[in-house]
Amino acid sequence: MMSSFSPTQLASLRDMGIYEPFQQLVSWGNVYKSDINDHSPNTASSSVIQVDARVDDHNNIIKVKRRLAQNREAARKSRLRKKAYVQQLEESRLKLSQLEQELEKAKQQGLRVSNSIPSGSITNTRIATFEMEHSHWLEEQSRRVSELRIALQAHISDIELRMLVESCLNHYANLFRMKSDAAKADVFYLISGMWRTCTERFFQWIGGFRPSELLNVVMPYLQPLTDQQVLEVRNLQQSSQQAEDALSQGIEKLQQSLVENIVVDAFSMHYPPQMAAALENLQALEGFVNQADHLRQQTLQQMAKILTTRQSARGLLALGEYLHRLRALSSLWAARPREPT
Amino acid sequence: MTNAPLLVLSRKTRDSFHSIKEMDKVMRLSSEKGVVIFSKSSCCLSYAVQVLFQDLGVSPKIHEIDKDPECREMEKALMRLGCSKPVPAVFIGGKLVGSTKEVMSMHLSSSLVPLVKPYIC
Repeated sequence: MMSSFSPTQLASLRDMGIYEPFQQLVSWGNVYKSDINDHSPNTASSSVIQVDARVDDHNNIIKVKRRLAQNREAARKSRLRKKAYVQQLEESRLKLSQLEQELEKAKQQGLRVSNSIPSGSITNTRIATFEMEHSHWLEEQSRRVSELRIALQAHISDIELRMLVESCLNHYANLFRMKSDAAKADVFYLISGMWRTCTERFFQWIGGFRPSELLNVVMPYLQPLTDQQVLEVRNLQQSSQQAEDALSQGIEKLQQSLVENIVVDAFSMHYPPQMAAALENLQALEGFVNQADHLRQQTLQQMAKILTTRQSARGLLALGEYLHRLRALSSLWAARPREPT
Repeated sequence: MTNAPLLVLSRKTRDSFHSIKEMDKVMRLSSEKGVVIFSKSSCCLSYAVQVLFQDLGVSPKIHEIDKDPECREMEKALMRLGCSKPVPAVFIGGKLVGSTKEVMSMHLSSSLVPLVKPYIC
């Protein structure tokens, strides 16, 4: 109501006793100094005031009424402020719960740095698809591992167990297919391991697990093995290590080649950076990721050939549980109590 | 007076003759040694395959086809022999074994070592 007056105007009005927003009704004696009904500017300085009992009462009533009106106004404003504050609190709470959910998801999947993903929208869509599919894959993986555990305890027939083993192997095959599609869209996303938890990343080799390491994990759960089986598993492990070593050296050569292509000879202009060749180097990475995944898949297939159905089931169960625990360890690590810095 | 007929070959026919020549070249080169790998100097997967054979005690003969003036024809010849990619193309005992995937699969299934045994130095 008073907002149309400038501060200076308000001040003069206040001096004139016309507008006093937080007037204290201290004593009846002060009333005459700031009487809103008295528009005469000279009232404050007038010393002789005719006291009329009836006018006095009338003025008092008016003061009280004004006071009540001001109280109502103050209360209304206070309610509005409180409403605005509560609304802000509600919004903050909602935002907080959203952030907590995102953080939880990020902890489970490992922290993803969004500015590493190329800005192309098709790439983003494909990678988003991969993340969603991978999340489903993990859920499905849990289910299959549980099925294996129950099946092994329940002593089901070999035929049924074989079907479970096959379906488990197929599930891994699906993962490699998904990864192959993702590699076409953004091989660096795959190689960075952003889609995995931190402990998985710790063991990472060309976008996934080292097949020979997984064999180590699973070995104790396959006993008892025949002598022939022991020999075959050892051969598989050695072959896998040799193949891994070959691919690792291939990638080192790729890195070397990339460096040579982009380094500029500072002293002569004859060797400008070979950007086209460098891009070819980067394109070759997809091939390496595919070969690494092929190695993983072949290792699983070979194991299934060497082992009996029951041994394969135990091996797949052990593998599934190990991978689950590794991921769970990431969550524990992220949530560990820290000393305040 | 005899007029020798002028034999005009279509481009396609000429190309096929060309590739027969390159096919022969490929077959000849692939038998030069026990283990022969067709590669390109820029291909790091070819290098990985080479490393694997060396790890097994074999010294394969490497033909970098990008250094060959008939590179394109050789690529076509290799593809025609059944390779999904021209390089790396691995021949053992003169026979095409395949590319990186085939070599890796064979090694994991323990069928590579018996094949290269005669050629281990």
